[in-house]
Amino acid sequence: MIIKEIQNMTLCALKQGMKDKDFTSLEITEVLLSRINGLGATLNAFITVTAEQAIKEAKDADKLIATGKDKPLLGLPIAHKDLFCTDGVLTSCASKMLHNFIPPYDASVVKNLKASGAIMLGKTNMDEFAMGSSNETSYYGPVKNPWNLDLSPGGSSGGSATAVAACLVPAATGTDTGGSIRQPAALTGITGIKPTYGRVSRFGMIAFASSLDQGGVFTRSVEDAALLLGEMAGFDENDSTSVDVPVPDYLGGINQPVKGLKIGLVRQHFDAGLDDDNAIAVKEALDVLKDQGAVIIDIDLPNIELSVPTYYVVASAECSSNLSRYDGVRFGYRAENYKDLNEFYCKTRGEGFGAEVKRRIMTGTYVLSAGYYDAYYLKAQKVRQLISQDFKKAFEKVDLIAGPTTPSPAFSLGAKMDDPIEMYLNDIYTIGANLAGLPGMSIPCGFVNGLPVGLQLVGKHFGEESLLQCGHHYQQATDWHLQIPEQFK
Amino acid sequence: MDIQDSEIKDVVDKLSRIVEFVDQLQAVSTEGTEPMAHPLEQGQRLRIDKVTEDNQREKIQLNANETNNGMYLVPKVID
Repeated sequence: MIIKEIQNMTLCALKQGMKDKDFTSLEITEVLLSRINGLGATLNAFITVTAEQAIKEAKDADKLIATGKDKPLLGLPIAHKDLFCTDGVLTSCASKMLHNFIPPYDASVVKNLKASGAIMLGKTNMDEFAMGSSNETSYYGPVKNPWNLDLSPGGSSGGSATAVAACLVPAATGTDTGGSIRQPAALTGITGIKPTYGRVSRFGMIAFASSLDQGGVFTRSVEDAALLLGEMAGFDENDSTSVDVPVPDYLGGINQPVKGLKIGLVRQHFDAGLDDDNAIAVKEALDVLKDQGAVIIDIDLPNIELSVPTYYVVASAECSSNLSRYDGVRFGYRAENYKDLNEFYCKTRGEGFGAEVKRRIMTGTYVLSAGYYDAYYLKAQKVRQLISQDFKKAFEKVDLIAGPTTPSPAFSLGAKMDDPIEMYLNDIYTIGANLAGLPGMSIPCGFVNGLPVGLQLVGKHFGEESLLQCGHHYQQATDWHLQIPEQFK
Repeated sequence: MDIQDSEIKDVVDKLSRIVEFVDQLQAVSTEGTEPMAHPLEQGQRLRIDKVTEDNQREKIQLNANETNNGMYLVPKVID
């Protein structure tokens, strides 16, 4: 078996290859580790590479395979966003504040995937505390887009997206608070799914905005996303917002036909702000689904343009509350020179957090403060309700909602760092699903100026199956998801 | 949370733009709309108050900057 084939293979293909004894888990692991440390180093996609542990786990997996044991992900390599706690392995959230934090336990997502046999190759780079849309707020420096190293891969899960797009790993976990899986998936030309709020446990996921955060996956095919999501999802007693709804067999049901599926196209998504060629790519993707028997219906989400300001009130408020735990006392960064306890706290937080995180803490503290609470926080929660109701009404008419994932393809590193509003508006099409708790997926649907763009599908609560079925059918008819950046072939 | 003098101009400028941006919510009519705190409109799930985990103080305190006898040390608070 030649190395090139292993690196380009999907999880499902690798699983079949091990079953057919074409190669072992150790061989896969060694090929990918050498790519991560060689060619992959220029991308800055990883914060930690757990080579030694991965090789040990691969050898163990091969022993199990030799005895005829089977588990859904046995011997398959993945990477985790450095926001999921990993027992005994640095979990920094890409912040100086946690540059030395070694969790004493595994996040439930990590635990579930480990129990299914997956092997962790390392922890991926991201925006600090998942706050950013370009991966430039990371304490460890920006991740580069494998399609053009001068461009951003998007964020906040940019390291995971880049690692999958550059064939350093076949799959990686991510988290999505306002688009942090779907936007980087679109900008790097891969598949990314954020499930329904409560579908995947948040236990051991370092909190940013607790009513919006949800874990998910990056893969190079919808089929792989179905496989991986099925293994990581499920009820968890340790997460009070986890929902006790059975997890369907996503992979088993993926071939359900899309004939008669009603797909809503949001009129407001095609207003000014969307790149013309990006709009064409999305409309062509819908034509493909129409040819497969789907019915396209125009719909309205009248309040959707308010989703970005609503999000920046709600998310910042929750962030200011969640991040109050970082004080340098029990774990994490601690300032060195201080006179008293007050200065100890102020310096620790002032030095430990980066500029964007500090901005969001201050915004959040402001909108929650006495005198401003009703005007900002309560108001935003009411507008959140209006946006959510709009989705509810739309889903009375359609099964899925489709549109662009981002307004344009990847932008240059540094291009939007001076203008927070312009950066925030990058998530204009993705934030709505987080506010309403709906599942969303981005799949590659074409190229604009040589750069990949994504088609976003949003489903009903716990409607991941429809998303996966629709996305899978689209990928049977197209080859956008099979494209690999030249330098990383 | 300390902000350095050199950072203040940038912080003021960007925070002002953010506040101005979120101010557009004020113009929206939300009369009679219930605020939404949870995306699935679910209440808090409760459980029986019983011990489910063993103490792992030593493992947890490996992350601490300064401990003494199992306790976390902070700068002197009272003279």
